[in-house]
Amino acid sequence: MLHESLFSSSKKMEDCLAKKMEITVSEAEKRTGRNAMNIQETYTAYLIETRAVESQSEGQCAPVESLWRRYSEFELLRNYLSVTYPHIVVPPLPEKRADFVWHKLSADNMDPDFVERRRIGLENFLLRVASHPVLCQDKIFYAFLMQEGGWKEMVNETGFQLKADSRLKALNATFRVKNPDKRFTELKHYSDELQSVISHLLRVRARVADRLYGVYKVHGNYGRVFSEWSAIEKEMGDGLQSAGHHMDVYAASIDDILEEEEHYADQLKEYLFYAEALRAVCRKHELMQYDLEMAAQDLTSKKQQCEELATGTVRTFSLKGMTSKLFGQETPEQREAKIKVLEEQIQEGEEQLKSKNLEGRDFVKSAWADIERFKEQKNHDLKEALISYAVMQISMCKKGIQVWTNAKECFSKM
Amino acid sequence: MSGGAASAPKPLPSSGPKSLREMPHPLATSSSEEMGPALTPSPDLLLPRSIADKDLSLPNGTPVDTSSPASSSSLLNRLQLDDDFDVETRDLFVTVDDPKKHVCTMETYITYRVTTKTTRAEFDLPEYSVRRRYQDFDWLRNKLEESQPTHLIPPLPEKFVVKGVVDRFSEEFVETRRKALDKFLKRITDHPVLSFNEHFNVFLTAKDLNAYKKQGMALLSKMGESVKYVTGGYKLRSRPLEFAAIGDYLDTFSLKLGTIDRIAQRIIKEQLEYLVELREYGPVYSTWGGLEVELSEPLEGVSACIGNCCTALEELSEDMTEDFLPVLREYILYAESMKNVLKKRDQVQAEYEAKLEAVALKREDRPKVPTDVEKCQDRVECFNADLKADMERWQNNKRQDFRQLLMGMADKNIQYYEKVCVTIGALARIKVVSFPLKW
Repeated sequence: MLHESLFSSSKKMEDCLAKKMEITVSEAEKRTGRNAMNIQETYTAYLIETRAVESQSEGQCAPVESLWRRYSEFELLRNYLSVTYPHIVVPPLPEKRADFVWHKLSADNMDPDFVERRRIGLENFLLRVASHPVLCQDKIFYAFLMQEGGWKEMVNETGFQLKADSRLKALNATFRVKNPDKRFTELKHYSDELQSVISHLLRVRARVADRLYGVYKVHGNYGRVFSEWSAIEKEMGDGLQSAGHHMDVYAASIDDILEEEEHYADQLKEYLFYAEALRAVCRKHELMQYDLEMAAQDLTSKKQQCEELATGTVRTFSLKGMTSKLFGQETPEQREAKIKVLEEQIQEGEEQLKSKNLEGRDFVKSAWADIERFKEQKNHDLKEALISYAVMQISMCKKGIQVWTNAKECFSKM
Repeated sequence: MSGGAASAPKPLPSSGPKSLREMPHPLATSSSEEMGPALTPSPDLLLPRSIADKDLSLPNGTPVDTSSPASSSSLLNRLQLDDDFDVETRDLFVTVDDPKKHVCTMETYITYRVTTKTTRAEFDLPEYSVRRRYQDFDWLRNKLEESQPTHLIPPLPEKFVVKGVVDRFSEEFVETRRKALDKFLKRITDHPVLSFNEHFNVFLTAKDLNAYKKQGMALLSKMGESVKYVTGGYKLRSRPLEFAAIGDYLDTFSLKLGTIDRIAQRIIKEQLEYLVELREYGPVYSTWGGLEVELSEPLEGVSACIGNCCTALEELSEDMTEDFLPVLREYILYAESMKNVLKKRDQVQAEYEAKLEAVALKREDRPKVPTDVEKCQDRVECFNADLKADMERWQNNKRQDFRQLLMGMADKNIQYYEKVCVTIGALARIKVVSFPLKW
């Protein structure tokens, strides 16, 4: 169960919300309502149930609290968390639209199987947040779980949208930053590669599932023809007929097998999306570092200007310098005023730079701590996923052996 | 039937209610001359008098070489319809193996070694080893059809390669063909009548088969009566129920086999497409492993595992292509040729009925039915008897062949899954070991 695995993978779990509270996304319901444009729409609402875990639970069960949320509200929560805690690798949401589908799987958002898998994914998201030592303490998150009405307004009041960095700004920083922490550069590279390889894996896996489905289903045809053939046979008839039945069983078994495999695909998808979260932290670092570099550069140039004005030497070529040489210099009073202004600015700048530096170092420290926590979690989870995938495959083989052994016995009686 | 010389032999079904002696083969060019000398059993054999003192010749007119005791006991054993031929009672073993390619200026072809081991008196030597090519098998089959038209002759693998892309000199194709040719000869060997056919004997023994073939062409003119069976044009009044039933059975049987053939081919096709995807799937895990530290080993493991699954799947598909499909096709061909024999039987019956009717119309007061009408009647009864016996034998062999074939198919699938289980099992153990080796 995910719950236990979250406990085992994280160290600072004592204060975690997840330990104090049971959280489930227990139901999904189709709703119709009017959206912001007053247009009728259909959407799915999910029931979040929470119950306090009593430390001494002797027959005393705390009441279950519940409220309904839709996917867009989950998105809002996640955006808020990403902006508010840029140094944290924020858990991803399950995919918005069905992707990497193989032909029997529906790409329709309203499809019951998709809704079911999404329900599980949303529960997983809440549990991840609740078991994160930092995120679980967030009041907005708590309100998301407990307070149905007025939550949206509460989130908007935090003004987090204003804090969000623009995409353009982030892109600019990526290209122009000079001295990012090497670890973050490597991490960004890793997350790009991870995203690419998991996407590829999921695509091929979907094709593999498709083909395997075909192989199993064609065997179903044996069932019918063996039955027809057995009608004209005397001694062979029974054996053929019963073997045909086993072929039908074989053909039918693939549906459950592939259904189970979707869970494996979902586990991979979570980490595909986690790669994006990793990249977001790296981008934040680059942005902060770029900001720092720009501030330092600005300070240096101001200091230089000041020095030039004070000593009268022009070290660097400037148009102003040239024009002043050509058209006459400023008065000493003017120069004094300028120097004063610059000195103030330099003072401000140095303070700002100091705090930016501190911010930057703090960010690197706390981000890296969370990244280490994430690495542990990732290694643990993916190992588990691979093992359970292997177990699934073995179970499929055992079923195959069983069916063919039964068929063989029927044939032997021919 | 285990050394049953002491037990009373059952009456030979293939000769109908009459005993062997009274039934010369309808195709025998002359009746009594072809009969062999009286059988003189050796004092060792406890042969019941009823059989022992009669002239014994085979329905195809081949005289029995009566000099050796082995031949008579084996003949008796052969003439009894038995399901299980113990090795001790068998006196003729034929194998096809050792394919070799021959490159000549005009053509390139394959020959197979045909080895015979026998104690039968019809053979001068106890062992023979000759080389034969497909043409020769084809010739043999034609000769058997000509000389034994009342019997079901086993099928040969297809002469021409239907799916044009197949290389007829590839190992797989040659091996598949070799197995089919071996089966062909073994089926003839197991047949109590066909195995004594003189053409079969020559096929197994002659150093230069081509010389004999040429000679055979000249003799063809003597076999006038056999040609008569091909032409006919008589209309059948009423088919006996039992042969109508056989005809219906063969029709449905062919249909069902055809369907099974298509299904099996489809499965192989789907499996190969699955294989293509698996071959891309495995390496992606390896690529991922290259990115990771902790997970590198398990991911590489998964990649290797998938590679092993690919190998196992390839083997399964190959086995099905080489062992399963050809046998299905063989039986479809068998059914075809059997239907032709049924048609011939209908012709023979129709001819008899027509002649009988012609005689009846003459309304002459004849004390005896004319001999040629009598001969026709004999032919009909002989044909029916031979066919019935062969059908029973065929049904039995078919049941065993399909039992073996389908069990084999199940086996191959079981083995595939077992191989996959083993390779994944090994992987999971590796993962369990590396688990505690954390950061």
